[in-house]
Amino acid sequence: MTSDARIVDTNRPVAVDASWLPNHAFGHHSLMWWGTVGVMAIEGMAFALAVLMYVYVWTRLDAWPPDVLPPDLHFGTLNLAILVASLVPNAYAKRAAERYDLHGVRIGMSVCLVFGVAFIAVRALEFTALNVSWDTNAYGSAVYLLLGLHTTHLVTDVMDTAVLAVLMFTGPLEKSRFVDVSENALYWYFVVAAWVPIYVVIYWLPRWL
Amino acid sequence: MTVDTTAGALAPEPGGEASVAELLTPHARRFGGWADAPGVLGWISTIDHKRVGRRFIGTAFGFFVAGGVLAGLMRLQLSRPDSSLIGPDLYNQLFTVHGTSMMFVFAVPMMQAMAVYFVPLMVGARNIAFPRLIAYAYWVYLFGGLMLYSALVLNIGPDAGWFSYTPLAGPQYGVGKRSDFWAQLITFTEVSGLLVAVSVITTVFKLRAPGMTLNRMPLFVWALLVTSFMVVFALPSVMMVSTSLILDRLVGTHFFNPAEGGDALLWQHLFWFFGHPEVYMIFLPGLGFVSMIVPTFARRPVFGYVAIVLSLIATAFLAFGLWVHHMFATNVPELGKSFFTAASMVIAIPTATQLFCWIATLWTGRIVLRTPLLFVLGFFFILVLGGLTGIMLAAVPLDLQLHDTFFVVAHLHYVLIGGAVFPLFGAFYYWFPKVTGRMLDETLGRWNFWLFFVGFNVAFFPMHILGLQGMPRRVYTYAADTGWGPLNLVASLGAVVVVASVLVFVVNVARSCRMGVHAGANPWHASTLEWATDSPPPPGNFHPPLAVARREPLWERAGVSGFVEGLANDPPEALVTTLLDALPHHRLAFPTPTIWPLLAAIATSVLFISSIFTPWAVVWGSIPVAITLIAWFWPSRSETRKHVRLERVS
Repeated sequence: MTSDARIVDTNRPVAVDASWLPNHAFGHHSLMWWGTVGVMAIEGMAFALAVLMYVYVWTRLDAWPPDVLPPDLHFGTLNLAILVASLVPNAYAKRAAERYDLHGVRIGMSVCLVFGVAFIAVRALEFTALNVSWDTNAYGSAVYLLLGLHTTHLVTDVMDTAVLAVLMFTGPLEKSRFVDVSENALYWYFVVAAWVPIYVVIYWLPRWL
Repeated sequence: MTVDTTAGALAPEPGGEASVAELLTPHARRFGGWADAPGVLGWISTIDHKRVGRRFIGTAFGFFVAGGVLAGLMRLQLSRPDSSLIGPDLYNQLFTVHGTSMMFVFAVPMMQAMAVYFVPLMVGARNIAFPRLIAYAYWVYLFGGLMLYSALVLNIGPDAGWFSYTPLAGPQYGVGKRSDFWAQLITFTEVSGLLVAVSVITTVFKLRAPGMTLNRMPLFVWALLVTSFMVVFALPSVMMVSTSLILDRLVGTHFFNPAEGGDALLWQHLFWFFGHPEVYMIFLPGLGFVSMIVPTFARRPVFGYVAIVLSLIATAFLAFGLWVHHMFATNVPELGKSFFTAASMVIAIPTATQLFCWIATLWTGRIVLRTPLLFVLGFFFILVLGGLTGIMLAAVPLDLQLHDTFFVVAHLHYVLIGGAVFPLFGAFYYWFPKVTGRMLDETLGRWNFWLFFVGFNVAFFPMHILGLQGMPRRVYTYAADTGWGPLNLVASLGAVVVVASVLVFVVNVARSCRMGVHAGANPWHASTLEWATDSPPPPGNFHPPLAVARREPLWERAGVSGFVEGLANDPPEALVTTLLDALPHHRLAFPTPTIWPLLAAIATSVLFISSIFTPWAVVWGSIPVAITLIAWFWPSRSETRKHVRLERVS
């Protein structure tokens, strides 16, 4: 530190004494929030582009949907209901995390995981009811791209949640892990919110357009 | 509030601290958790933004040289008519890998690498946000680049051009695995680029020194912040499109197959929606370098700080509205084309604004002409020429005439080499002393600059004329009676001079690393925070971290208002500040070095490369990725114990 002594006089006053500051923060004050929001922006953009590709294919075709039936409604709609319902335990886990309630976090995340397993199972059934394959035509390709993209998010989000939930049971724990739980819940909101427009595109645009 | 958050944690062992301390090297004892382990383990597990940034810069420069060698081979082939040195197939691979290399594994990664190294230093941070992700991003990028060149060496390199148009790159015409390597290279580099962008944004927003309001950020930091936002919104487009291409090729989807409702133009729209902003992702960091170098060598604060920041932001917005000007030769509606012509002309305004701000700064300053400034002056000259041909190409009728000719090749090299590579070399000379502690040699620097400047113009200016004469780009040879031979020979001689210039640079770096004059902390007497710490900066960057009160902290009285006290070195703690005003908010313990990002990058690379050969690799390949990511995330008991000891709730 000798060479910078000319410029930075370490005898200057203490501008900030950080020792009294907290060592973690929730919401947009935390780095984790920005990381999560950054990923959400990237993936939101990818979802938007996949929808755009779907619509672009629609503009190129005369018959719609081309020579196939629209996807059956029941599994997709059921999954919409399950995903929306999962917002309840998710919100519960987020709130519990923000008041450092370990017991509440464990309950909230466990219930979320049950929902997670349910919607992945229903998602598998959704793939059987699309009435089109990815290699039938460009419409089928676009449908599979959208549904595949969202499924990737479902699976990774459930896995993230599972790993974090196990950690909340086994430790080692510190208070900043509650920030992770809170941000994980934020990402869950995103995955659910993304499904609403994608559901409309996959299941209703073939009927409306 | 009384919940035991250490559930499952072990109680601290008495005497444990002392025994750990005995194992530490003096280096580690001094810098605590910021220091890496010694030796090879430290080398592969480091998450210090400076070490990762340095290897990122070095690797990107390696790919620049490799791409340059390919360019040299092409110039050799084109130096005379009817040359049979290189056949059409190899030539296709050469120009494809050259373009892909320069755009995807040199330019964008190089600019991001400079951000990884310098943004944390300039904002007074102790490391970059999410440093483990940055380490992962580096390894993924390295493996992707190596894959590209391995394919080329095996004579199965991509051959459909750097924008890989369908149907040429599609399953019908793009036989073999060549275009799959291209598509997966995109996946590699975009994963890496997106992670770096998120880290840079978070670093800029949350890790600035207390007192460094947004209004006091160095302009390079502004440029990289804006660039990172562009990356976030543009790169998903190329990821989607390259994924669709590989799906078409591998599992028989029909995105780009007109026979089944697909459309080749969908490729062009999605590619250029990324591809045009990409030009500005390369260019804006170049502007950032210039905005740092000009004030230092004009010995005054930059003129028009706010105008420059607003110009950067305006450029970024406009850059997303230009992509169709790459598609003027397609059947998009004519009315639509005129909007894109207008937008292409409008973007000249923010660029010109910055140019005038720099000229005003130099005009009213006391100029000290050193190599970094020489490269900036070269940038002015070449960029203006490239901008003029850009305005020409933005006009639809002219573009139709010049499309796919060497005029376009000349234009894009004037813009990219002039707009990005010249400022980058200036930046190398400017910040080399910070990175290595030694100055680059000034005499060799001037040789480097003049050879580059003259060689570049001799190599690329004739291409304007060749293009106007009708020479198409991407032809492996041409007949003697076209009359293109002499100008092509001139261009090739220019390329030789550029090669000599880069060799001078490499020699300069090699010599100066060992024998350069010791730089000290602030050899240029510059104003920004990276010059307030040692050269090279120690692990953890600032001991103690600084607080600032002015835009030019090292030039103004009381610019550095004091230092930050009360942060632990082990665990390595940093101060997190608020977004707008950089008020102190909380302490944050940074992660410690680990080998898991490397292992996760290896697993990711296995997944990406295997999926070229079988779609099932996406399924089984994701298992090792998941395992390595979980192991990466899983906290260690000893680290957690250290954190708990310093825990405090607001």
